[in-house]
Amino acid sequence: MSLTITPTAALATVWNAVLPPEISAMTTLTNGDDLHLSLYRKMFQIRRFEEEAARAYAQSKIGGFLHLYIGQEPIAVGASAALRPDDYVMTTYRDHGLALARGMTPRAAMAELYGKVTGCSKGLGGSMHFFDKEHNMLGGYGIVGGHIPIAVGTAFASKYRGEDRVSMVFFGEGAVSIGDFHEGMSLAALWKLPIVFVCENNEYAMGTPLSRTLSVEDVSLKALAYGMERDRFNSEHVLQVRDRLGEAIARARTHSEPTLVEIRTYRFRGHSMSDPGKYRTKEELEERKKKDVLLRSRIELEEKGHKAALEAIDKEVEDEIADAVRFAEESPEPGPEVLEPTTYAGPFAR
Amino acid sequence: MTVLRYREAVRAAMIEEMERDERVYLVGEEVGHYQGAYKVTEGMLDKFGSRRVIDAPITESGFTGISIGAAMVGLRPIVEYMTWNFSAVAFDQILNNAAKLRQMSGGQLTIPLVLRAPNGSARQVGSQHSHSMEHFYAHIPGLKVLAPAMPADAKGLLKSAIRDDNPVLFMESETLYGVKGEVPDDPDFIVPLGVASIVREGTDVSIIAWSRMVHVALEAAAELEKEGISAEIVDLRSLRPLDEETVVRSVTKTHRAVVAHEGWPYGGVGAEVADRIQRLAFDELDAPVLRATTLDVPMPYNARLEQYVIPQAARIIENVHRVLYKS
Ligand SMILES: Cc1ncc(C[n+]2csc(CCOP(=O)(O)OP(=O)(O)O)c2C)c(N)n1
Ligand SMILES: [Mg+2]
Repeated sequence: MSLTITPTAALATVWNAVLPPEISAMTTLTNGDDLHLSLYRKMFQIRRFEEEAARAYAQSKIGGFLHLYIGQEPIAVGASAALRPDDYVMTTYRDHGLALARGMTPRAAMAELYGKVTGCSKGLGGSMHFFDKEHNMLGGYGIVGGHIPIAVGTAFASKYRGEDRVSMVFFGEGAVSIGDFHEGMSLAALWKLPIVFVCENNEYAMGTPLSRTLSVEDVSLKALAYGMERDRFNSEHVLQVRDRLGEAIARARTHSEPTLVEIRTYRFRGHSMSDPGKYRTKEELEERKKKDVLLRSRIELEEKGHKAALEAIDKEVEDEIADAVRFAEESPEPGPEVLEPTTYAGPFAR
Repeated sequence: MTVLRYREAVRAAMIEEMERDERVYLVGEEVGHYQGAYKVTEGMLDKFGSRRVIDAPITESGFTGISIGAAMVGLRPIVEYMTWNFSAVAFDQILNNAAKLRQMSGGQLTIPLVLRAPNGSARQVGSQHSHSMEHFYAHIPGLKVLAPAMPADAKGLLKSAIRDDNPVLFMESETLYGVKGEVPDDPDFIVPLGVASIVREGTDVSIIAWSRMVHVALEAAAELEKEGISAEIVDLRSLRPLDEETVVRSVTKTHRAVVAHEGWPYGGVGAEVADRIQRLAFDELDAPVLRATTLDVPMPYNARLEQYVIPQAARIIENVHRVLYKS
């Protein structure tokens, strides 16, 4: 490839200069250790939430598909730190992390996995279909790529109404071959819509490695032909993710221009709970686990003398997750009466 | 005869036909290196190599269209979708190209193509992954649609499908893959399209079903027998073409019919069967034809609600009682 990477890092200083200081959801915190601690806490909450979910799944308390986000947490958390609460987000079936990062309570999330009426989707959606309108988390979707144009539609609505909201859509590298990805990209660029496309490239689509998914490994290059800005980096630090996505968000918010961002990452668990993961070696997995970004934050914060704060976080998160499990176990199930009113708005069309 | 699981019967049909005819190839997601998302294609990459067992990325519309094109010029592709749900992404290719090319070209072109995948509900996989797609596809002239319930039929019908010169859609079921049955070893054994089978003889009511629901109907029939009700079960096996003679013959004997299927009640194959019965055997009927179907809502995740929405033996029994005016 003789193509050069768009110098988005250089552009960033320009964009940041025009940003009003209140655009970040995290502006109450400084960019220093307080922010890092709070983002670490969120990543840790997601990790512990999913570990408990996996355990409950093994006990058959959760059914269907369960796709864990373990290893990819810095992306949802870094992104949420860069977004405003009124910005729209959407993702795939691998949706627990983004939902929690956006502010869904572990209770509502765990209850959904248990299929309880107190869950975020009343127990009707399950793991793949977390929805939280209050936090503008507009869903987890089961058909690969199908949600990409929908997310573009939310950006269209923002522009139509003259609002400065940004939309952000997450998808795997497996979705990049699907038509809906290209149609969504094409229209977003043509109509200059305020959206950020985030490809979480974890190197595998179910059992298919990147080399058998795409003819060109660099996903971000897809932006070029659409005349769209692009960025590409490894997920190495939650603050780095926040900053890099922040550039794309700023471009969307201030100039109503879309960006395709490819973030290289890795999932530590199988595609879903039923995946034995024979397509990759133990050594590869162990090697990648050493680069766990969550752990990196922990070590860094410990080294900076925040041991006590981290221990307090550990305890809080443990309590929170234990409470969520208890809540899910004790909550009632939805009854048949929820089915028809949730199918149509207004009278059921027979 | 060998006892095979349903998935093994499907695999045996593909292997035999690929050995028999070099023009047959298999394409789909995870069919090769991964050995099949549901292990149906296990070992086939090793056996036939990557020229004939082809792993595709997530591109249902693309590899369906490519297979239609390859079929148009003489190959005989087998396309596997991870499940029929994902065929919706390729719906335009199936509806507008596979089904219509022959007629649009004035009969010049044929599209010998097999599309196959598990269909219907699985377990708690939610509303986007629980579709019964046979109802959509059986609607379309130019397509054939098969939905076997038994391993032997799976093998025999798939072999017929591969040898057929039309697009044939083959509906399997995740919940049937482990079912065992006697399967003929003879490589010339086939089951012709458009022939239903009577899987249980009875005199009081005809239960018409296909795929997984045949097994549920058998369960219902065993319960009904305890009440002294003798149910005959017609396994359609082939939804298009539809064996109306066998259905009418059964109803002529029992005078009452319940169609049992997964999938929504609005329109669909069950409505088609009911129409044929009332049209062709109106004078034989002692009660309206009833249907035991999935309820008319998207599939909920919650386990209990899902079981409530999917048709169970109890729903078949309830409808049998109604056509017998017993309550
Ligand atoms: C259209 C469609 N085809 C196939 C599937 C089955 N499927 C679910 S996830 C998946 C792999 C997706 O991989 P990727 O996009 O890389 O996301 P990741 O799971 O790695 O996060 C496949 C093939 C699907 N859900 N939708
Ligand atoms: Mg992936």
